[in-house]
Amino acid sequence: MSGPQPLSGPSGQVPVPGEDAPPGITRSRRSLPASLLVGATLVASIVVVALLSFVWTPHDPLLVQGAQRLQGPSGEFWFGTDRFGRDVFSRLMYGARTTLLVGVVAVGIAGLIGTPLGVLMGSSPRVLGEVVMRFNDLLLAFPALLLAVMFGAVYGSSTLTAMVAIGIATIPVFARVARSGTLQVLSSDYVLAARSAGRTKLAIAVRHVLPNISGLVIVQASVSFAIAVLAEAALSFLGFGTQPPTPSWGRMLQEAQELVAVRPAQAVAPGLAIALAVLGFNLLGDGLRDRLDPRLDDRRGTE
Amino acid sequence: MWPAGTRAGHRMAEPEVIYDVRDLVCRFRQPRTSLRHRSPSLTAVDRVDLQVTAGQRFGLVGESGSGKSTLLRCLAALQQPTSGSVRFRGQELVGRRDRQLRFLRGDVQVVFQDPMASLDPRMRVRELIAEPLVAQRAPGSHERVDELLDAVGLPRGSASRYPHQFSGGQRQRIAIARALAVRPSVLLADEPVSALDVSVRAQILNLLQDLVERFDLTLVFVSHDLAVVRHVCDTVAVMRTGQLVERGSAEAIASEPQHPYTQALVAAVPTLRRALDGATPSTLLRDVPSDTASESLVRRDPPEPS
Repeated sequence: MSGPQPLSGPSGQVPVPGEDAPPGITRSRRSLPASLLVGATLVASIVVVALLSFVWTPHDPLLVQGAQRLQGPSGEFWFGTDRFGRDVFSRLMYGARTTLLVGVVAVGIAGLIGTPLGVLMGSSPRVLGEVVMRFNDLLLAFPALLLAVMFGAVYGSSTLTAMVAIGIATIPVFARVARSGTLQVLSSDYVLAARSAGRTKLAIAVRHVLPNISGLVIVQASVSFAIAVLAEAALSFLGFGTQPPTPSWGRMLQEAQELVAVRPAQAVAPGLAIALAVLGFNLLGDGLRDRLDPRLDDRRGTE
Repeated sequence: MWPAGTRAGHRMAEPEVIYDVRDLVCRFRQPRTSLRHRSPSLTAVDRVDLQVTAGQRFGLVGESGSGKSTLLRCLAALQQPTSGSVRFRGQELVGRRDRQLRFLRGDVQVVFQDPMASLDPRMRVRELIAEPLVAQRAPGSHERVDELLDAVGLPRGSASRYPHQFSGGQRQRIAIARALAVRPSVLLADEPVSALDVSVRAQILNLLQDLVERFDLTLVFVSHDLAVVRHVCDTVAVMRTGQLVERGSAEAIASEPQHPYTQALVAAVPTLRRALDGATPSTLLRDVPSDTASESLVRRDPPEPS
């Protein structure tokens, strides 16, 4: 804390010597929130690693080499090798693809279906909204893993069925968040003003409701992303997700668990990767929410 | 279907009736208190008749909870009344859906009480002011926004800013600019200064008066403050527990109030003379007739037989 600080009052407000003083001409440049910066960096590095794995990995992630089993970290195998002698680092790189894909697709399905559904139900007559939301609660009570196992049983186990199932199971979460946000926005005076301006319901939903609930939805997306990554790991563990030998971080963690007493590093690497990905997406979500809210805009300059 | 055309002919003879409200009732259902009985209801507007003619500055006074804001929302067709009729230039508003009210939206605009709440925090001032224009598909909104900013005394540079960057008075100026965007003939103002700092109230009131004059608007002004209404309006109606208890010219209401409730309201207006004579808030309360002071502000309906 150095330099002059504003004394009091809502920061970022136009200085008002007299009531009619023109708003200040200069406008503080937006500075990026730290969480956005860190989150974006983490997510970007995962994306880069995943893309890089298409063209280069230190070793073939699928190559089984009996002679190299369970090696510790070394110059040649940076994170060691697993019990089939496959390079852990290469598998991590390759697994980043699966993890990103599962997270993005599952959250995409859930958000793109759940959010409009929630907004629609929030804008519909109260009775209809309540009925649909009680049905929604029913789906919410249905375990996502069970749905995924069912999907796996019907359509065959694969990464695709896993992420579709996780996505579908997450739809009610988004619908719920979006509806409660919508109800709140619709009861505000600015929606009343929009109605008296002659805006249609659709225009109000697009121009007022969506921007104002975007913060909620973004945070929900970052949380859901983390849950989706973990759910994929759990499904792979049960054998309903990514099929061997394709690596995913969840699978690697599961394969390492029997060896955790002998080779703890085997579990640490994928575990750390999952943790960093989850952290990265959460920070990115928080940062985006703050960044997209004009009210939080000028406050940062003085901090 | 609507006897709209019939009025046009009388225009020269007497001022056109803009609003004709008959027997308006607006009742709200409250949360259930028991499984066996129906939920209690609250009558916010109770059999109100009123007329507003073109060019009138109609003031609606009453304490909080007297139903004046609900009445205003019925006039703006933002609230469906329980029964009764609201005619705007001869056209019935009650029972119409939002999309059948286009004629009203271009002609009647509302200024709300709290400008922070009535301006979407995610929109820039330009979008906010242009919103009615966009909704009415009016072309050339860019120049119009600059024009409106000039009219309400805000610098043109304000257009690219967000509402939270302005003070309360400035925000209300934005809200007023938005209300004037579509060149309405009627302006409904719901306590436009009561959320504002005392020091800027007069400025906003004067601005409103200037604009009403300049654009030849009919004004319906709701306030709990008789002094403010007397300052702005030529006709005043006094509202209490959902009913109009007295109406007349602003002069008459202020100088010789008939109804005891109006007398109490008039007596409650603080004046310098009384303050110098040593009046305190308790003196004001003593002046209020006891039947008025003791009664509940909001009338609850007797439970309906289920």
